[in-house]
Amino acid sequence: MAVLNEEQSMLRDAAKSWTQEKSPVTAFRKMRDSGVEIGYDAKAWNEMAEMGWAGVIIPEEYGGSAFGYLSIGLILEEMGRTLTASPLIASGVGAASALVLGGSDAQKSEWLPKIADGSVVGALAVDEGAHHLPEKVALEATKSGAGYSLSGTKSFVIEGLAANLLVVSARTSGAPGDKDGITLFLVPADAKGVSRKRLALADSRGAANITFDKVEVGADAVLGAVDKGWDVLEKTLDRVRAALAAEMLGAANQAFETTLDYLKVRVQFGQVIGSFQALQHRAAKMFTDLELARSAVEAALQAIDADSPDVPELVSLSKAKMGDVFHLVSNEMVQMHGGIGMTDAHDAGFYLKRARAAEAAFGSPSYHRDRYARINGY
Amino acid sequence: MADFGGGDPEAFRKEVREWVDANFPAELKGRPNPMMREERAQPSEAQEAWRKAVGSKGWGTPSWPSQYGGGGLGSAEARIVQQEFGRAGAYNPIGGMGVMMFGPTLLEYGTEDQKLEHIPLICRGDVQWCQGFSEPGAGSDLAALQTRAEDKGDHFLINGQKIWTSGAQYADWCFCLVRTDTSKKHEGISFVLFSMHQPGVEVRPIKLIAGNSPFCETFFTDVTADKKNLVGPLNGGWTIAKRLLQHERGGLSGAGGGGMGGRSLVDLAREYVGVDAQGRIADPDLRTRVVQHEIEGRSFQQTAVRAMLESKGNSGPSAATSIMKNAGTSWMQLRHELTLEIMGHQGLGWEGDTFKPEELGAVRGWLGGKAFTIYGGSQEVQSNIISKRILGLPDLTQHN
Repeated sequence: MAVLNEEQSMLRDAAKSWTQEKSPVTAFRKMRDSGVEIGYDAKAWNEMAEMGWAGVIIPEEYGGSAFGYLSIGLILEEMGRTLTASPLIASGVGAASALVLGGSDAQKSEWLPKIADGSVVGALAVDEGAHHLPEKVALEATKSGAGYSLSGTKSFVIEGLAANLLVVSARTSGAPGDKDGITLFLVPADAKGVSRKRLALADSRGAANITFDKVEVGADAVLGAVDKGWDVLEKTLDRVRAALAAEMLGAANQAFETTLDYLKVRVQFGQVIGSFQALQHRAAKMFTDLELARSAVEAALQAIDADSPDVPELVSLSKAKMGDVFHLVSNEMVQMHGGIGMTDAHDAGFYLKRARAAEAAFGSPSYHRDRYARINGY
Repeated sequence: MADFGGGDPEAFRKEVREWVDANFPAELKGRPNPMMREERAQPSEAQEAWRKAVGSKGWGTPSWPSQYGGGGLGSAEARIVQQEFGRAGAYNPIGGMGVMMFGPTLLEYGTEDQKLEHIPLICRGDVQWCQGFSEPGAGSDLAALQTRAEDKGDHFLINGQKIWTSGAQYADWCFCLVRTDTSKKHEGISFVLFSMHQPGVEVRPIKLIAGNSPFCETFFTDVTADKKNLVGPLNGGWTIAKRLLQHERGGLSGAGGGGMGGRSLVDLAREYVGVDAQGRIADPDLRTRVVQHEIEGRSFQQTAVRAMLESKGNSGPSAATSIMKNAGTSWMQLRHELTLEIMGHQGLGWEGDTFKPEELGAVRGWLGGKAFTIYGGSQEVQSNIISKRILGLPDLTQHN
């Protein structure tokens, strides 16, 4: 655990007690069983917003607390432990970062206070295929009167069904794959021509495919500069990736601890199975990997707070490492629990499903290894 | 100890720099420490002069207490000494097992007389120590050791055999685990010190797969250790041994493979494998594994930094050293494997001028590196320690 200042310690303690008391895994199970379409409990989200969590990275002049990314990572880590579903990453990190990094004063004034108080949920509409490839933008924005007309499809938009505000990457010039020629737009989700299809995913979290059919927006909907949206987009994505890695860190640690507890109570062959070396050494390996992953995740969040030039490589490092480790731990959780781990009544399946969804979101380990190598020139 | 005692770090740096410039023999610039090499037996005049100069300042062991011959410096000052040595291309001539393992352990567990007798000699580099721990029948199961020490009134009489004794052929003294009670296992072990320069000590270097002989078989026949050289209580040596092993593991994890030196895998791959039109390592499978290895090494370094910040001056190794030993040694071994793979046929040369020194070094390093996960408590022993001491998993209660 990183060395924390006083406000960070308080934030972490508050997040720990709230998630343990108000949002344990049973709450996630209840949400899933209820079939709520947006993929989270709106009442719980209101409570989080009241505690100020949605504004942790938002400047104070726009209603936030500006505590920073390590701070929001501490909250997300605790939420990850109990699999708490919420739009905190999509809105409080994704949309909020895009606005903070690229928004005009008018855009910030209009949206950030509402994101900070939770009354607006923002989401990033970035990907268009089965894999995260943010430069492969085909959705077109063409000049239309004083503004633009957007047509195309975005896939796997996290919290896309709940969102009121979409940050959309669109092509204003060049071809899919070019980083130049991408422009970011702020599009209200209820704009004419926007249609959303809910995705029912294995991890029961909220996501949607979104079609834009000649959606008309004004010139003031452009976030940042026309054709030059890549810089803000990439920086925003790095913040989301690091935040997601923090959530994964919490979830993976809880998956490990739950498994460790089980190894200490499950009796077979006349003794607890945790006394078998075949399981002990795998537990030791997981623990070692989790410690390395924690270092990588905290270093990425701290680099963002310090606005360090090595943010991209540290973020890719952390998302790749964390993805691999959560993958391993979630598999071992099921295997070491044996038959009970295969049942829907047990929580192991929830962690397994969340692991894969979080791994794929905003770049798989393979994507981030490739990116890490490119950044380092090989 | 407070750093600089309110003094000026730049003034101290200047003092160190001037001293190094005045005392470091220019002919040794960039040379490695002769400590663990064959040349240790016959050091040159310059090597001896440099050792004596550093030893008399206590700067080879800069943070050890000055009343025992250490530098008595705070951590920031100690770092400045290290930096200034590095700037001048000077090695630290004071090292070996005495500095790495035995000294810190004796400072913690020794009596005042023992510290005054042995620590200054380590600080001056006058005495080299070897570690009498492993035996043919006591490797990973170290507490199964059988070397006996009989109580003869004012001294112990020692008989038995040790193995994998690093540098025993150059050592002056041995810190040794001996059995003083055969009715118990861990509680029958004592920690004693004795001179290697006495009748009954026989040392046979062992030739390893890499062709060198860093380790020895060591035989003791009626060797004596004075009673005053019993460290800790009689039959209380195991606790001290465990602590010493933590110091050893801390040293062996190599914190990010910093001790590896040499070129990066990426550089080697560019040369031996080539790059594609986009500048990527031409073999995509190899490239993936190189990236993975780089990421692993970086997260290991980040963990070393985090551990340091978290301990906040609470120095000394902890149970977490087992994590670092396993992660660090696996990483270094894989680095050797990848180096060999990247060099292809050129990475398999044993000797001869068809191969560059770097290539010959790769194959020897790869072979020597196989020891990383065996010595200092094997990978499996570390995993036992992690699972039992850190994770609280129980011992087997019965055997089938």
